[in-house]
Amino acid sequence: MGTITVDGKELEVDEEGYLANINDWVPGVAEVMAKEDELELTDEHWDIINFLREYYEEYQIAPAVRVLTKAVGKKLGKDKGNSKYLYGLFPYGPGKQACRYAGLPKPTGCV
Amino acid sequence: MSDVKKFMYLNRRAPYGAIYAWESLEVVLIGAAFDQEVSLMFVDDGVYQLVKGSDTSESDMKNFMPTYRTLGDYGVRHMFVDKASLEARGLTQDDLIEVAWEDWETEEEVDNIVELVETDQAAQLLSDSDVVFSF
Repeated sequence: MGTITVDGKELEVDEEGYLANINDWVPGVAEVMAKEDELELTDEHWDIINFLREYYEEYQIAPAVRVLTKAVGKKLGKDKGNSKYLYGLFPYGPGKQACRYAGLPKPTGCV
Repeated sequence: MSDVKKFMYLNRRAPYGAIYAWESLEVVLIGAAFDQEVSLMFVDDGVYQLVKGSDTSESDMKNFMPTYRTLGDYGVRHMFVDKASLEARGLTQDDLIEVAWEDWETEEEVDNIVELVETDQAAQLLSDSDVVFSF
């Protein structure tokens, strides 16, 4: 287990960099993780991160990427509900990378 | 597609106290990626998996009840509940959660895919399945 420093606090992360405790999440977590990946977070990124957090709140799991893609299309518009758009935002994979930024566990079935 | 198989996940155990229900749910979530025709069947104490309002805050187990409600998004088409098992436990369909299903392409919608079946019908559904996973 490692840690990341967010707003002066040390937060535990697992060996793949996912937050150990979802309740530790603050927006600064996404900012710090994105900085490590040399990615600048835009409103479009936050739309997906916030969407994932809402999905987790409601269903208690991180969605599989194809469920994410469909649900984003439904909620944010068809032009955003495709893997090209999502991979454009999150080059390491929308499931893994966006879930990590959102403080969620790795999606079930994702290797 | 001719190679679509009928998958049936048979759930016979109470949701908490053992890992079976959660394991079954995880396999369903993972298996959804394979584009098969997926149904779930709840028999015996398995019907408790769908009783709404479960509270696990006093236990060490994750409350995965909300997760069942997203199964429609994972391509699960039917969730059958053995009526006799339900009645034997003093429960009715009103005690069970509702799970919506929607075809994202055609926008065809079903408000609730949880359906009570008679025991002989349940047996028929099981024997009509190509693959049965028992938990």
